[in-house]
Amino acid sequence: MTLLLALTSGGLFAAGWYLMMRPSAVKLVLGVALVSHAANLAVFAAAGAGRQPPPLLASEGVAALAGSLPVADPVPQALVLTAIVIGFGVLAFTLVLVHRAYQTVGSDDLEEMESADR
Amino acid sequence: MKTLVVLPLLIPLLGAGTSLIFRGKAFQRGIALGVATLLAAANLGVLAAVLCKGVVCVQAGNWPAPFGITLVADRFSGIMLAVTGVVAWAGTLFALGTLDGRRQRFGIYPVLQLLLMGVCGSFLAGDLFNLFVWFEVMLIASYVLMTLGGERAQLEGGLKYVGVNLVASALFLSGVGIVYGMAGTLNLAHLSMRLPTAGPPGLLTTAAVLFLAAFGIKAAIFPLFFWLPASYHTPPAAVSAVLAGLLTKVGVYALIRTFTLVAAQDVAYTHSLILILAALTMITGVLGALAQHEFRRVLSFHIISQIGYMILGLGLFSPLALAGAIFYIVHHIIVKTCLFFVSGMAWRLRGTGELDRLGGFYSTQPGLCAVFLIPALSLAGLPPLSGFFAKLFLVQASLAQGQYVLAVVALGVSLLTLYSMNKIWTLAFWQPAASGAKTPSEPIEGNRGWLLAAAPAVLLAVLSIALGLGAGPFLEICQQAAGQLLDPKEYLAAVLESG
Repeated sequence: MTLLLALTSGGLFAAGWYLMMRPSAVKLVLGVALVSHAANLAVFAAAGAGRQPPPLLASEGVAALAGSLPVADPVPQALVLTAIVIGFGVLAFTLVLVHRAYQTVGSDDLEEMESADR
Repeated sequence: MKTLVVLPLLIPLLGAGTSLIFRGKAFQRGIALGVATLLAAANLGVLAAVLCKGVVCVQAGNWPAPFGITLVADRFSGIMLAVTGVVAWAGTLFALGTLDGRRQRFGIYPVLQLLLMGVCGSFLAGDLFNLFVWFEVMLIASYVLMTLGGERAQLEGGLKYVGVNLVASALFLSGVGIVYGMAGTLNLAHLSMRLPTAGPPGLLTTAAVLFLAAFGIKAAIFPLFFWLPASYHTPPAAVSAVLAGLLTKVGVYALIRTFTLVAAQDVAYTHSLILILAALTMITGVLGALAQHEFRRVLSFHIISQIGYMILGLGLFSPLALAGAIFYIVHHIIVKTCLFFVSGMAWRLRGTGELDRLGGFYSTQPGLCAVFLIPALSLAGLPPLSGFFAKLFLVQASLAQGQYVLAVVALGVSLLTLYSMNKIWTLAFWQPAASGAKTPSEPIEGNRGWLLAAAPAVLLAVLSIALGLGAGPFLEICQQAAGQLLDPKEYLAAVLESG
């Protein structure tokens, strides 16, 4: 399971990096989206994902927890949830930015967006 | 006492909230001034509290340390907060004096306040994931600041800035995941206790290098700096002054924090890597600056070169070197912001930043010349200004460790910095005005506008002199901060036992 997650994350990173290297602003946005998902999966893979039950306990269940009942670690889930929300917001902003740049420059070719570099 | 540590976050948040609800321009300007003043007072208060009482720590919601959200202010955080408060105040005044009405109507002040909240939050964060979140708050605000106005250069520079920083965030998050997988905690104090025995040291080095790359992008170290000179000269001077002063230094702060508290296991590998990067950052930055002929682009390349000095202090990893790095950060924030203010005023006088088309300020604006010359000489490191002492301590530290090559590089780069400042001085200030200089499109309006624009620059120039004259006492504070970084007992005790 962890191996599968790690491989998927690596594949997404590779695809995302590749897209970001292309000279198209739209592909840049797609690459950004893939890379942020790859990072989320990497957190899951590194922190140990498994098939344990969720960490929800009835009141008498607190005693059961002391008996080392394996439950899923909620912290990586909370981290990834936060990261997804942040990534979504930033992605929306990037889309608008690319659209605005396309309107102003008249092309989505990053090679033509170099007036600020000179 | 403890509520004081929350104020640097609450004040800008409340200010941004109210000015997003009530959109009147006069109201927003009033709120901006109020927030900046209160924030400066609160941040100086935090520094005073930290200097008197040692490490101050707040557990949000009273959850004890490794489980809840922890805000910690040690001496290093206190110093960073204080200088942020002062520069934010100066930057807000400059913005009030120089920003055009359109940007003010479209909410530049609330975004600026959110940026300050993110910066202060990064300095106070007590665990890695909160550091990530505060970084994002700061970055999203900076994306908006960078592109607000929608000029072509802004959009082009902004797109690169956003893309590169998103990569940095993804690397940072992956590093956080690895560290959590190893130690099962993200609280910095808890990590510092658990990581030495937590797993294969190679894995920790992997995470450390991921952090180095992520914060290195944000701090613009070699070879990850190219976004900075492509974007920092595009927004209005008030915005780029605050970004240039504060943002890259938050990256340096995060580097110093993680590489003293979390990733200080394999010092031989990581810190020699940092030393090599520091030397290359100093050299490429200053060489880039020599090739430029636009006021703010020259200054942008100098930011990179100066970041090299700070990283040099971290790489040497001795008490004097870290104290020198902290001294350098404070000096750099003050001086660089001041230079960007001057470039903004020059732009407003002549409508251009091209050095070849400026000129003649020496005869028409002698005051502006003085305000440029002080920070410029300080940046190059002439005594008795703050830059001289900042460089002196770092060179002393590298000589003490037998790193003669690094000492030579640091001194050589400082000489080239002087040459580059001299170029700006000759072209923009000394030589007669270029023929056919056009009138500016957006002059500063009235005496009040000029007062608001010039006062913060004068304040920061005076601060640079004061920091140079008071170098002894301030170095002592920096050495105490460095001591806390190298021996985090007090930090660990305050975080883990305060609940």
